[in-house]
Amino acid sequence: MDSNHQSNCKLSKTEKKLLRKQIKASHTLLRHEGIETVSYATRSLIVANGGLGNQVSRNQLLPVLEKCGLVDALLMPPNKPYSCVRYKTVEESKKAYDTLNGKEIVDDLGQKISLYLNFVEKVQKSLKHRRVKHFGYEFHYESNSVDKDKPLPGGKITPRKFDTVQASKGHKSGIITSDVEDLTLNKRGIRTSFTFRKVRQTPCNCSYPLVCDSQMKEAPASFPESDKEALQLEQDYVHRVYEEIARHFSSTRHTPWPHIVEFLKALPSGSLVADIGCGNGKYLGINKELYMIGCDHSQNLVDICRERQYQAFVCDALAVPIRSGSCDACISIAVIHHFATAERRVAALQELVRLLRPGGKALIYVWAMEQEYNKKKSKYLRENRTSQGMKEEISNDTSMQELLVKQLPNVGNQDSAHSVSSINDFQDGGYNSRNVANSKLPVHTNRTSFHSQDLLVPWHLKENPGKDKHVEPFGSLGSRDPGPVFHRYYHVFCEGELEAACQTLSNISILQSYYDQGNWCVILQKV
Amino acid sequence: MRLLTHNLLTSHVRGVGPRGFPLRLQATEVRINPVEFNPDFIARMIPKVEWAALLEAADTLHLIEVPKEPIQGYERNEEFLRKMHHVLLEVEVLEGTLQCPESGRLFPISRGIPNMLLSDEETET
Repeated sequence: MDSNHQSNCKLSKTEKKLLRKQIKASHTLLRHEGIETVSYATRSLIVANGGLGNQVSRNQLLPVLEKCGLVDALLMPPNKPYSCVRYKTVEESKKAYDTLNGKEIVDDLGQKISLYLNFVEKVQKSLKHRRVKHFGYEFHYESNSVDKDKPLPGGKITPRKFDTVQASKGHKSGIITSDVEDLTLNKRGIRTSFTFRKVRQTPCNCSYPLVCDSQMKEAPASFPESDKEALQLEQDYVHRVYEEIARHFSSTRHTPWPHIVEFLKALPSGSLVADIGCGNGKYLGINKELYMIGCDHSQNLVDICRERQYQAFVCDALAVPIRSGSCDACISIAVIHHFATAERRVAALQELVRLLRPGGKALIYVWAMEQEYNKKKSKYLRENRTSQGMKEEISNDTSMQELLVKQLPNVGNQDSAHSVSSINDFQDGGYNSRNVANSKLPVHTNRTSFHSQDLLVPWHLKENPGKDKHVEPFGSLGSRDPGPVFHRYYHVFCEGELEAACQTLSNISILQSYYDQGNWCVILQKV
Repeated sequence: MRLLTHNLLTSHVRGVGPRGFPLRLQATEVRINPVEFNPDFIARMIPKVEWAALLEAADTLHLIEVPKEPIQGYERNEEFLRKMHHVLLEVEVLEGTLQCPESGRLFPISRGIPNMLLSDEETET
């Protein structure tokens, strides 16, 4: 039957059906989405039904579209039953329009779905009954974002001072009371509304790093499952970070810790001492009667040591190029906690001991899981916001600076029972348990107790540390342009863990172990 | 890098062990940095020095002649101690290389800083 009629009609039944569907799709787009289709050929097409909201994925759609030509862009807005494609040329998009209209593809659920294509002027939602003027940057409705690299020419809004005018008393505006008599309805006229958006020029450092899209991208680190992964983690989240933050980091590390000074001053005159992981070299000049050499993985930090006329070189703490048995003493301050597996931490201790002559001593400091010990909060937790000068005097090496930049108002009042219980929870699980394997490393909230032994600690970089020495006491994010945030990997040590690691070494005896301002410390001697 | 520091450094390339010492020094820029003379300090350093390595390094830099071994009663020999003070503490290699005598691996010295970082394969595990 159909074939008999076909010659008489301009369009076949299927073609008519197709056209009907296509027009319907076009109307739906206008009605529901405010997208206006055009009747002439353009480079851009709206593909109705070919959207994420219809369980059609990019992987399914793109190859289909690419059969008709070079796809310049394919936009697939989330949850929408359509997508937008832009071809390199009008010819290609016309080919797609001609060949793909009504084409069936199979969606994620295995159901057949037909695509309907219509030309649009621009792959952009035009708001129905609405005219929009953008200043500063063009706002892209399809992605709900702006292109930071393409500011609009001119058209910037300059903030001005506003004069406030007293509202006239006789005019009641905008308040609806329960008295309906009072209510009048105005005929809707033209309304003009302004939307102000702030374009962030620096990486996001909001207070919700665990759920923030931007920050999560920066912290995809997982617990390492192999030596290789551990090495990679250390490279990305220790070595690279220190290289980036070296100058700023160094500007916050000028005061030596008293117990370390004590150790160095007590060494016999003429001792050879190596500082493995010397940072900016703040201990290299403590005692002029010693010959001290320093090393660090960060070239930028070693550069600072050289500027201070110290002997320093670049190396890895697992492979220190100092001949065995040559050192009278070694120090390792805030270094071992940057190694990502128990084996590597022991290997770093082993390497330290290798450098010592028999009878030589090593002092080791690592950051403690317990930031509250003997019912006393560490400096890290109870940092007094008002005494900035004092702060630097006693602040611990590990990661004090960020605390000054970003403090939580409730830290000082933190319930002590809570932090104690979290440590107990942890100890029940055992610090070596890897039941958390393959899970993401948690990002630490600065100045709070630790809830995990392996974690990422944010560093808020200040670009010109020398210029602006003053650090704001409170949250501060509003008033200054916040710098980028870097995450450093730490393994914070539980009570007894550092000693236990040292005791795995056969040729040492532990002379002393103590807790010093949020750090576990050991002095050991090579036998 | 002072020569006393050089005397403490060794190659740590995987498998070279004690044969990685001493590192062969090549200097393209050397600076003499005056340091206050402390005879007691230098006297304490002398027994810690690997003498053959110091001789070799001093030789490559064409420095004043270093005795073949520490002379008897050096603790009270000011002339000797001053000479060693100069060689060990005042001579600074700013630019050059350190070479592993066993593997031939070169380590650069730049602005007085030896870079002794190894690639993963070169590390002793």
